[in-house]
Amino acid sequence: MARVWKFGDAINTDDILPGKYAPFMVGEDKFHTYAFAHLRPEFAQGFRPGDILVCGRNTGLGSSREYAPEALRKLGLQAIVAKSYARIFYRNLVNLGILPFEAPEVVEALEDGDEVELWLEQGVLRRGKETFQLRPPPDFLLEALKEGSLLAYYRKYGRFPGEKG
Amino acid sequence: MGLTLAEKILSQRAGREVRSGELVVVEVDQVMVVDSIAGSFFKRLDYLGATPRYPEKVAIVIDHVAPAANVEVAKAQKEIREWGSRMGCRVYDVGRGICHQVLIEEGLALPGGIVLGSDSHSTTYGAVACFGTGMGATDIALAAASGRTWLRVPESVKVTFRGTFAPGVTAKDAALEMVRRLTADGATYRSIEIHLEDGAESLTRSQRLTLANLSVEAGAKCGLVVPSGEVLKLYDVPGWLYPDPDAAYVREVEIDLSALTPRVSVPFYVDNVQTVDSVMGKKVDQVFVGTCTNGRLDDLHQVAAVLKGRKVAPGVRLLVIPASSQVLEEATADGTLLTLLQAGATIGTPGCGPCMGRHQGVLAPGEVCVSTSNRNFKGRMGAADAEIYLVSPRVAAASAVAGFITTPEALEEVPRG
Ligand code: SF4
Repeated sequence: MARVWKFGDAINTDDILPGKYAPFMVGEDKFHTYAFAHLRPEFAQGFRPGDILVCGRNTGLGSSREYAPEALRKLGLQAIVAKSYARIFYRNLVNLGILPFEAPEVVEALEDGDEVELWLEQGVLRRGKETFQLRPPPDFLLEALKEGSLLAYYRKYGRFPGEKG
Repeated sequence: MGLTLAEKILSQRAGREVRSGELVVVEVDQVMVVDSIAGSFFKRLDYLGATPRYPEKVAIVIDHVAPAANVEVAKAQKEIREWGSRMGCRVYDVGRGICHQVLIEEGLALPGGIVLGSDSHSTTYGAVACFGTGMGATDIALAAASGRTWLRVPESVKVTFRGTFAPGVTAKDAALEMVRRLTADGATYRSIEIHLEDGAESLTRSQRLTLANLSVEAGAKCGLVVPSGEVLKLYDVPGWLYPDPDAAYVREVEIDLSALTPRVSVPFYVDNVQTVDSVMGKKVDQVFVGTCTNGRLDDLHQVAAVLKGRKVAPGVRLLVIPASSQVLEEATADGTLLTLLQAGATIGTPGCGPCMGRHQGVLAPGEVCVSTSNRNFKGRMGAADAEIYLVSPRVAAASAVAGFITTPEALEEVPRG
């Protein structure tokens, strides 16, 4: 079972990882322990691998810092369900192999602390007897994610998904 | 149907006509890396087993914590210098300035070009009609390794600024008004195409940099200013680098510069934009003038004009950090710096300074900062409950003198010494 960590609209990358806790400032081994340090200081301690983030509109706006979603991945995040995403954050998620689902109605239905099960590839999320179907990300991204991340894809094929080899 | 400026640039680069919605893989002219993500960038290149495909197209700027504030940062910056000389990439070291300002000054962001930066405010290059966009460490590493990137050709929002400013109103106020009208996600995935008409063509490159810089605060992928005025004098602008008159826009917004009044963005979101009048009198602890938004020579001139013969209010700190070494040099040569110092300002090393709360002016709990920067998110400059109010340089200067938020016009009762 995974726990739902629910946040509101306009969660920015300064919220996810404040600039002063960048790996560049505090070291590669520690930065993820400061995830949501300002907004929810209990988050990094309480997050278990496989838990999911549920967010509102314009998730991840602000700074391009990839170490913000990287901190979440280090804590074991594999998927986010949000109403919408900011552009750079969306790319960063895909690049790191975190699935960005966009599903406003599912965000409305889920509550903080809900226990759910999530089948990533099928995009199926279950809470008790209720089942939610999530729309999978576009093909370009899915192709990259099959290799784990865009970086892994490029390393393997020497090109971008959809580009002629 | 014609093409937008974003479609023009990406079509030119793709070698075929491309339209919004298409995915393209294009060559990039310059990859810009900032110090704070350089470590992640190196790690990703190592993972790929790659080195920069075109070393001359990769520039690293040491600006986000410059000079180093602790041993971790010092180690990271040492690695940057070593890596740069090993690879033959440009490194702009401590004191040269903020990445975006440096790339403009060095002529590495040019009209019609494509520049990827590891910093969200890379939209700034749009001031000279360069397709500048921000990305994370992975995309930046892939671009350095391959010389290319993938982009979805964006739809465009057309923002037309008309007329000329009323006295006391600046490009910062215009930019904040644009963000207010569009909202923080009003241009997500889109290009903001900025048209300057009926007198607004006279906006300088510096003023255009402010407009393009804040485009990202409406979520935009890029903020392209249609070339005119000073930009035509400073650059060779290719004839194709204009949107077609019948280009299609998803939205059109008009802003009358002559009707605009001073603006302020109040905590904790950039699109919380109000008139300065509505927060007049708010007590201030720190005033910060600088950043890629408003740390240029004309900004410092505005500040000096307000400060001349006056003093910063007791108990208030005024930090001024020029955006680059060039700005610092010019402000020294023309006496601006002396005026600032005589008023009681503290001058910092060209760079980002306290903009993202790492050093050189971090805020204590409950403090209020009036800043010429571009983000007022919770905790951005230090303590989680410290407040940041984003304003123009002249409103910042007036607030430093008064000790509370005010305008230079309202300050006129305070005699100059
Ligand atoms: S000045 Fe601030 S917004 Fe500009 S690049 Fe530096 S940290 Fe980013």
